[in-house]
This record gives sequence, structure tokens and C-alpha cells, in this order.
Amino acid sequence: MSHRLPKGGRLIDRSRPLGFSFNGKELRGYAGDTLASALLGRGQVLMGRSFKYHRPRGVVASGPEEPNALVGLGRDGSFEPNVRATTTELFEGLEARSQNHWPSLEYDVGAIGSLLSRFLPSGFYYKTFLWPRAFWKHVYEPAIRLSAGLGKPPRRRDADHYEHFNITTDILVIGGGISGIVAARAAAETGADVLLVEQASTWGGRAPVDGVRIDGSGADEWTGSAVTSLQSMPNVRMRTRTTAAGIHDHGYVLLHERLTDHAPDHSVPRHRLWKVRAGQIVAATGAMERPLSFAGNDRPGCMLASAVRDYVVNYGVAPGERTVILTNNDDAYRTALTLREAGLGVPAVLDTRQEAAGPLAKAARDAGLSVRPGCGIAGIAGRNRVERVQLCSQDGDGKVIDEIQADCIAMSGGWSPTVHHWCHAAGKLSWNDAEAHFAPDPARPPTGADGMAMMHVAGRASGATGAGAVLESAHAAGVSAGRALGMGRGKKPGRVPEAEDEAHHPMEPVWLVPARAPYSKRAKSWLDFQNDVKVSDVELAAREGYESVEHAKRYTTLGMATDQGKLSNINGLAILSRELGTPVEEVGTTTFRPPYVPVTMGAIAGEARGGLFQPVRKTPIHEWHIASGAHWEPVGHWRRPYAYPMEGESVHEAVKREVQATRSGVGLLDASTLGKIVVKGPDAARFMDMLYTNMMSTLKPGKCRYGLMCSENGFLVDDGVVARLDDDTWLCHTTSGGADRIHASMEEWLQTEWWDWKAYVANVTEQFAQIGVAGPRARDVLNELGPSMDLGGEALPFMAWTDGALGNMPVRVFRISFSGELSFEIAAPAGQGRALWDRLLEAGKPFGITPYGTEALHVMRAEKGFIMIGDETDGTVIPQDLGLHWAISKGKDDFLGKRAQEREHMADPLRWRLVGLETLDGSVLPDGAYAADEGVNANGQRRTQGRVTSTYYSPTLDRGIAMGLVERGPDRMGEILEFPVIDGEPIRARIVSPAFHDPDGEKQNA
Amino acid sequence: MLILTCPCCGIRCDETELAPGGEAHLKRFGPGSSDEEFEDYLFMRANPMGVHFERWLHVYGCGKWFHAARNTVTLEVYGTYPAQVHAPPQEIRDMISTRVPGWRWKDDS
Amino acid sequence: MPESVTPLDGATYSGFVTIQDAGLVGMILLRADLGDADVVSALDGAGIEVPGAGALVGGLGNGALWMSPDELMILCAHDEAEATVETLGEALGGLHVLVANVSDSRAVFRLAGEGSAVREVLAKLSPADLRQTALPPGRVRRTRLAQVAAAFWFADDDEAVLICFRSVAGYVLDLLSKAATPGSEVGHF
Repeated sequence: MSHRLPKGGRLIDRSRPLGFSFNGKELRGYAGDTLASALLGRGQVLMGRSFKYHRPRGVVASGPEEPNALVGLGRDGSFEPNVRATTTELFEGLEARSQNHWPSLEYDVGAIGSLLSRFLPSGFYYKTFLWPRAFWKHVYEPAIRLSAGLGKPPRRRDADHYEHFNITTDILVIGGGISGIVAARAAAETGADVLLVEQASTWGGRAPVDGVRIDGSGADEWTGSAVTSLQSMPNVRMRTRTTAAGIHDHGYVLLHERLTDHAPDHSVPRHRLWKVRAGQIVAATGAMERPLSFAGNDRPGCMLASAVRDYVVNYGVAPGERTVILTNNDDAYRTALTLREAGLGVPAVLDTRQEAAGPLAKAARDAGLSVRPGCGIAGIAGRNRVERVQLCSQDGDGKVIDEIQADCIAMSGGWSPTVHHWCHAAGKLSWNDAEAHFAPDPARPPTGADGMAMMHVAGRASGATGAGAVLESAHAAGVSAGRALGMGRGKKPGRVPEAEDEAHHPMEPVWLVPARAPYSKRAKSWLDFQNDVKVSDVELAAREGYESVEHAKRYTTLGMATDQGKLSNINGLAILSRELGTPVEEVGTTTFRPPYVPVTMGAIAGEARGGLFQPVRKTPIHEWHIASGAHWEPVGHWRRPYAYPMEGESVHEAVKREVQATRSGVGLLDASTLGKIVVKGPDAARFMDMLYTNMMSTLKPGKCRYGLMCSENGFLVDDGVVARLDDDTWLCHTTSGGADRIHASMEEWLQTEWWDWKAYVANVTEQFAQIGVAGPRARDVLNELGPSMDLGGEALPFMAWTDGALGNMPVRVFRISFSGELSFEIAAPAGQGRALWDRLLEAGKPFGITPYGTEALHVMRAEKGFIMIGDETDGTVIPQDLGLHWAISKGKDDFLGKRAQEREHMADPLRWRLVGLETLDGSVLPDGAYAADEGVNANGQRRTQGRVTSTYYSPTLDRGIAMGLVERGPDRMGEILEFPVIDGEPIRARIVSPAFHDPDGEKQNA
Repeated sequence: MLILTCPCCGIRCDETELAPGGEAHLKRFGPGSSDEEFEDYLFMRANPMGVHFERWLHVYGCGKWFHAARNTVTLEVYGTYPAQVHAPPQEIRDMISTRVPGWRWKDDS
Repeated sequence: MPESVTPLDGATYSGFVTIQDAGLVGMILLRADLGDADVVSALDGAGIEVPGAGALVGGLGNGALWMSPDELMILCAHDEAEATVETLGEALGGLHVLVANVSDSRAVFRLAGEGSAVREVLAKLSPADLRQTALPPGRVRRTRLAQVAAAFWFADDDEAVLICFRSVAGYVLDLLSKAATPGSEVGHF
């Protein structure tokens, strides 16, 4: 049984007990505990079930590499799945639940999967596709759905909030162990700005646990004073609980800071995602211990030797009463000695090496421990946890030579530098035979924008072993980072703290215990605990031809999900290498991808949720629309009133009322969102003629002209009314959604193609509120406001504009019409837009003035047969398709789109062209409906000959009207087309002119 | 995340302040050009592994287009320069030649 | 003539940074070749000093912001903007320029807080380098604030002015308020 020791635990505070629950059971731990240490302290070794076979699993590690102890944390709006118990700091009231089991952690029905495991080999998922199709639907999918998935997604909206934080720093140091501290200090001494981050809540890393002594002090004491002295440097910033999630191009790094996970508080941000632009990066990310592959190594109670030591030293927790050590290196002897010192049983130290002659082995023997060289583990007895260990010779095939009672196994297969960050940014690795690990190759570092190294490795992350060498390398990394930025040159670097390198006996790589384990044992020797990948699975993948490490990874799922090659990597590669007969260094590693540890979706979203998910653009009249109960329509980021339903009125009824009121009296439209772009200069005329298909240079000052803009591809991209303000100034109105795009495109042509032309453009869209007054009584309303100018039909005819004052407000009035009615668009400075709107409403009262929304606008323009960008156009339509030949100048040598419109298929007589469509029964055609044609196409589908682009109920005509693009449409007036619908008979419609209402324009010219 | 220095305002900006504009130094073909010339101009784009010239817009900034000479494999940036040129300036070419021995501007071959 | 209203209509928020509507501000857009000696001397004649790249002279009510190599934003009193446009038009007559009154196009905020608080709030939303050395008073930064364009400068060490487009004034106010919520101080700068 694991339990809390009577004393010890450098990170816990026994005077501050904390209550928490696990699977509904109330438990207690101490401040400073992790969830894992608190559970172990209460005898709870079993913490989860595996993903594929639902095997019982206990905690293996003590840090972010933990594969098994993933829990669901919290509840409701604070629930989060797949949280590592090993990195979760305990707090009062913490609620955790284990995952992947039903009905309970101890008795899982799904665990039957382990009996069936021989039917779930590598790539079983892919292989199922080879079987009869019906099997997939009726057998595999239901079975897989039942058991698959890691944890459960939260059901409630996240109650917390999150934020981003952008910084630029000269040097970022990742990792706050002794290496990171030394590197940060050395970097700061060059004069650079330094940010030092540590994933845990405390500084110093694992040096205090390993008993390292620096400058004659214990690591804890040294760390305390080193941190204090760093904090006093003005150019150093430090953060704990901050993990470097990913290193990206050009020194861009994402840090995940957890502010309140250890002390929940919804009033402050839970996580902060730091977006760091670093000049140089130092990775002091340490190393990770590797497990050993032996039969039954996934039984709860099998742990990394360093983790066992961590639990004893850091938390005063004994993972077991009797711990057998299994190792291929000297470091695990530290665990044996630590356990012994804590008064715990260590029945044997099994050393797979033939000789165990280092000073640590000697110390173990001196302490009275039984050290057994050349020894391995043949098997484990015990169901939900280790009970007995069967010993064998490491050289053999697993013949049992002895059996020992034990409840814990501390295994060590050697150490691998944590190279993830180095590899994120394409740093390369080299194989170190002596340590049997991949380490960063300083000759092939990640490079930055200048093509030079942007990253350095410090301490154990560099492959250095022994405290003295670790500190040397860390100091050098800090100095190099500063020098790379041109800092600290000519300055003598500070002193490197001194630590002793302990002599040790070389490790010997062991990839399988025992070396000649038969299949039955290899099929129970786990490589990847989280994804249930065993030695036999990797062997099978190799036999089936998955020779590339990347393919083998995907086929077996080795190192996928949250593991990302942390625990499983090297052991898996070594097995693959053995099977292929290729050296490990040639097999290579899989790609280490960000994030290093999972980052919450909330942190990624930052502030962009709820009301801040996307900007909402508001016109100066927006508040009035809200107060008047507008039904909204999004137009780009704008919100525009779609209609203003009155009490008891449906949206459809409102649109009908608004159209009728405008056609018979007068309507009022907030048109402020229309794009307004000024083009000015000696070459503005020439530029305007290039932008528009029309001839804009001949437009007279004081007049307006409807114009079309095409892309260089020939397709129609925007339209609007252009007003000539004076000799060298034009004002271009664009669509609401097109303003920014068209302004950008004008700048692009002026800057990158015609940069010698003297023309400036300015987007003044937001300077003006623009209000449309439309209908037979429009002029009467304006005249109520005592205009300073003559608004009569002769002084201000259709398609003219004038400046003046309306109700003492400076305005510009355009006589333009999208409704087909007598219509004025009035522009006023935005700050007075609301006042103008209010005055027009007041002045219009006697005439029954009716505010109308975008839908009434659309209906009225469709009644007139006016096209709408985005309805009649979709990026493949040219003006000629829409019968707009009259707006395409024949007298110009060039304009954007002209050359493209000369291409063969643009002039094809079979192109679909614009017509009106009138249903025979008066109904409204479905939007986007296709007109069926005879026969089938090459894919056996019914041929089509046209489609509906706009379709409305017309209140003016009291029937459905539509526009559509039809093959040779204008040549087929009067023909009847059939539009199949999903349910029921096809709708029949006649091809007619699109101008349904007032085709001669008498009303707008009034 | 690319970080480029805008040559027009001097700001070192990351990709989120920029908008990409594809291959630089294209020649426009208008009316009178052959179908092949026009097709090349509209659709055919270089997509090299290595040295490349791109157009970027400092959209959340001074609003100017500029060119960047960079390496699509190593992400090294050889330099940025204003867009009002038909070919990369000599100092940019020299810089690339130093870093990529044997490299030549396409029109110089 | 009715009184003009700002898009923020006097809104304020008090967190660890105070966010305030700066009120009506006269703003004039000038497009001209700022490297042209004739332009510079004509502006000088009109009492406008051309700031260097990325800089500003003066401040709200009377000043000029460098926007790009061929764009200035001239700051004046809101009710003097039309007259200033006239004056500029005359002063720059015959030169290739574009002058427009854009006083109502934008929303202007004043941000004030202790120490580096304002820099912290801005750093939550903008990718700009906000270190004091990179953006001291006197420099203008045009950048991105979350998903919209913005420009800001430090009037002095603990106070900044921020400008964005009028239509997104509410979005920006909400962004800044959230970023300045008490308890979310970072303590980095």
C-alpha cells in the first residue's frame, strides 16, 4: 500500500490539510501536494484505465510525462477532462473523477477488451475497413464508439475566462531548474532582457531531490538565493506555472500560464496565453526518465524510479511498502537509498548490467541492500496492482529464478533529454551511444529570421550529465544567447557555480527485459501506456512493412495523443530498429509537434468569446435600431436592420409593410454602411477609368454614374454609384461589404502597379452617416427641413448631387435610387447622423415616413431588376452575363478585367445570363433552385440549365418574383422552366424581363 | 509566425499585422497580350523550395505593400524592400548570393 | 447645427486602468509626399510641423501623427476642422495632395493607470512591442487590437491615447475594459 510517511516532504505543508474528492470519496491531502501525491498518500495507486484495453493503470511519473493518471477535474462550467494528476496542484474542494471505465474504476466491464486484445492488433482500425462493409456499421462502429475516446467533453459553457499577453523579449529561458536559473543569470549579465519561465510552482527542478550540492550548499538553499538575486536584476522577469507550449518560426513562442488552477477564482483569468517574440531562446527543459519494457510493466505500482524518489522527497509519500528497483544505470540507486533512508523496504535492486560497480551501487550495498547484477523481471503477479515480482536472468528468455513480494517497482531505463522544444522549430538531433539517447545537435540548431541559431540548450536538455557539466553547459548557453544578440561582447562572463560531477558506472541500453523474452512476454510488455502499444505491436508493424518511423507511429498509435513521444519514444524506436536491423540513429525519431503539453481551448480563444467573439460594427444610428426592435442581418461585421417588426407583426409582414409604405408614401433607410472612397489627383481620371468598366473620366462634376468593378479575372466584384466632386476628385460608393476590400485593392494597384500615377485614395466610409429617403413623398419630407438648396427635379435631377444644409446641418444630397422610387441619399458627418435621422423621422411624420430595413431594400431592388453583388454574382459572373453591356466602355484601351473578358469562354453564347422568372402559380421559388434540363451529365446527374439568384415575395405585385441565370436566357423570353424541389411537384416559371416594376423608371426620375 | 520588418515604416511586425500577397515582381499583361502571356500573368506562380520573393501588405500598420526576399525552407529573411521596383535591388541580391552560393536572379541567368 | 456626438458618448471604465472617451477631436487626413520639400514647406507655412517616421508632434487638439510615408493625421479642435481643411487646401494649392476632414471617422480613448498598467492592458490585445524603450512617449504605433486596427501613443509614461474606427468603438471599449479588469494585472513590464 502506498501511504503518507510520518515525516518529510519538502513541498508540502502538514499544517495545512486540504479536503478533496476522488470518484465521490472524500479524502485529505496537504497544501503543496499534487493530486497524484495526495491520492498516493491515501493509498490510491489505481488512477485510471487505459484507452484501448481499459486495463487498470496507476500513476507512473511525477510530471507532465504522466500517461495514465488522467482525470476529469471539476464539475459543470469548471469541468475539464484529461487533466494530469501529477501536475494538478491540490486545493480545498478539488473534485476529480477517473476516466475510461464503466461502471467503476475497480470493476470495468470494458476491460474485457484485454481478453480480446489478440483481436485488436496494430492497425486494427484500418484492418476493419477490409472486412465486409456491413461489419463496420453493425459491429465495429458501435463497439468502438462505446469504448473509444479519452475522457468526456464538458457539457456546460466554461465559467472561467482567459486572456492573451503579447511581449517582445531579448531572451526567453524555458525551465526554472538549476540550469535555467544559471542560464538566465548568464544571459542577463550580458545586458539582455530575460524572461525565465517554469512549468511548476517552484524553482529548482529536480536537483534538490537528487541531492545536488552547488557552491557548497544544498540545491534548495542555493536555488533560494539564486532566485532572490535574479529577481533583483531589473532586466529579468520570472514566471512560475508557465509552460512553453510551442516554439514557432522566427522566435515566436507560446507560453501557457495557469493563474488559478491551484486556487480557483472565476473573477480573474484562469489561464493566460503568452505570445512571446524572443530574440534568442534557451531551452533548459531537463531530461525524462525512460521506463523499461518487461512483461506486466503496466501494472499499477510500476513507476519511474525518479518519480518514486520525487514522491518520497517532495511529498513525504511512499508509493509502496516494498519497492523493487529495476535499472540499467546508476541513477536509480538514488531511489533505493532514498527509500531506505525513509525506512521503506527495498527487497532487491535488479541491475540489468553484468556489473554494478559505481559509487552509488557501493553505497547501496553498504546500506545493506541486495544488489543483483545481470538480473531482470520475468513477470508480475497481482491484478489491480503489483503483488509479487518474478526474477530472471537478463540474458535469458525469462526463466523464473526467484520470486519476491513487492508492491512497487521503480524502473529506470536511462534518461533522454527533453528535446521537444528544440525540435518544434526544426532543430536536429544526434544519437549519443554512451547514454543511448538523442540529444540536440548544436551544429544544426533551429534558425531565426537572420538564418543564424535562435536556440541554445542548457543543462540536461543538452545531454550533459553530472551536476558540474550541467551548470557549465547552462552558463555557456546563457552567454551564447546574449552574444548572439550582440550583447555582452568584451564583457567577462560571470562565474559558473560549482557542483561536483559524481563518478558513475556507465549505463547499458536495455530495450527488452529479459533480452530474449518470448512472444508471450513481449505481448505484455508495454511501450506506450496511454495508447496501449506493446513491444509485439511495433514488431508486427515492422513485419507488415511499416519501416518508416512516422508510418509505424500512425499504424500502432505509439507516442500519439498527449504522450507526444515523452515516455514511449526511444523504447519504441529501439524495438523498431531491432526488428528492421537498422541502427536507432538511422531509424530517427517521429516529429515532435507543439503543444508540448495540452493547452486549453479557452486559452487559445483568449478574449474572443461571447460578445467579443467578433467585432460588431455599428452605424451612428445603431442605438435607434435597437430601441426600435430591429430584426438584424449581419453584413460583413456590420449589423444592419433587416426589418422593424411592430408589436404583433411577423418579420415577413414587417417587410411587406415597409415596401408598401415606401412605394406609396416615403421610407427611411440607414445606408451608412455603404462604402465611400475618395479618389483625387491629376491622374485620378485615368485611374478611375482603369478601376471601372465604365468611362468615369467623362462624368461631369455634380453628376453621378452607376459603375461596375471587375477583378483582373474579368469577374464582377463590386458596383456602386460614383459622384464626381470636382475636376480631379471622385467619390466612389461601394457595397457595404466591399468598402475595405475595394479601398485595399485601389491602394494595391496604385502602390504596386501604377506607382508613378498621381492619385491618392482615402476611405471616408466612417466619416459619414448616410440616410436614404425614398418614395413619392421623399422630396416633401426634405422640404420640411428648410433645405438651403433647390431639391427640385430640374435643379437636382436623377443622378446628380449637391452640397447644402438641411435643418441647419451641413449635408451632401445624392439623387440616386436603389428602390426605383424618387430617392435622396443624404450624407452628414457621422457625429450628427443620429440627429439627422431623428429630424427626418420628425419631418416625415405627416407623410407616414416608415423606416425600412435591408430586406425591403432587397425586395424593391429585385422588383426593379437591379442586381445585388453576392446574389447575382458569385465570383464567376461577368457583367455581360447580367445584361450590363451598357456599363462596359468600348472606347477604353484597358480596364481591370477587360483582357480576361476577351477570353473564349467569357464570350461563349451558352453562358448563363440574367433573366426574370415568374412562377405560373405566383409562388415564391426557393433560393438557389436549379432549372432542370433534358438528359444527364457525365456523372449521371440530371442536367441543369439555370439557377435562381434572387427570389422574393413582391408586395407590390402580390406574387413571387425571381431573378436567375439561365442558359441563353435573354433569347428565350416566354419559355417555361421547371425547378425541381425536394418535396412535391417541380415549380414551373416563365422567363421574363427582370424589370418587374416601373420598367421605364418614371418614378425614380420624378 | 514570420516576423518581417516593414521597409516603409520600420516596424518589425509579425504575421498577424500583415497580409500576404503572393509572388512578387509579376508583370501585368492586359489587352493585346496573347492567351499564353495572360494565363501566365493570372495563374502561373512560382512555388520554390528555397529563395523566394513575396509581396506583403502591412495591413495593420502603415498600409503599404512591400516585398520580402526569403527562404521558404529555412525561413531566413534576406531583406525587405518597397514594392515600387520591377526586380529585387542589388543589395538584396548580393545578400542572397552570400547566403546561397550560386544563386542568381531569374532574369540574370 | 446640432452638437456632434462621439461614438463612445462619454463612456468610461475604471479598472486597473481607467478608460475614457477623449471627447470630440478634430482629425484631418492628409495624403501627400512627405519627402517633398514643397509639401513640407507649405505645411510649415500652415503651422504644421511634419513628424518623423513613426512619430508625433503635439497631441490631441493640436498636433500631427505620422501615419505612413505619404500620410499624416493632423489633430485640431473638432469645431476647427473644416476651417483647417480650407487653410490646408490653400496652403497646399497646386501640389498633389488629398485633404479630408475625418474628425467623425474615429473613436478616441484616453487610458491612464499606475506604472506600466496601460502597457499591460495594451499588450493583452496588440502584438506591438510595448517595452518603454520600443514605444516611448512621442512614438505612434499603428497596429492591431484583437481583431481591429488601432493606433496608440503614450502622452507620458502612464497615459496613452488610442484611436480606432468609429464603428468598432463599442467593441474596443469592451476589449479594453475586459483587459483592465482588476485582478488580471500581469506585472510584467
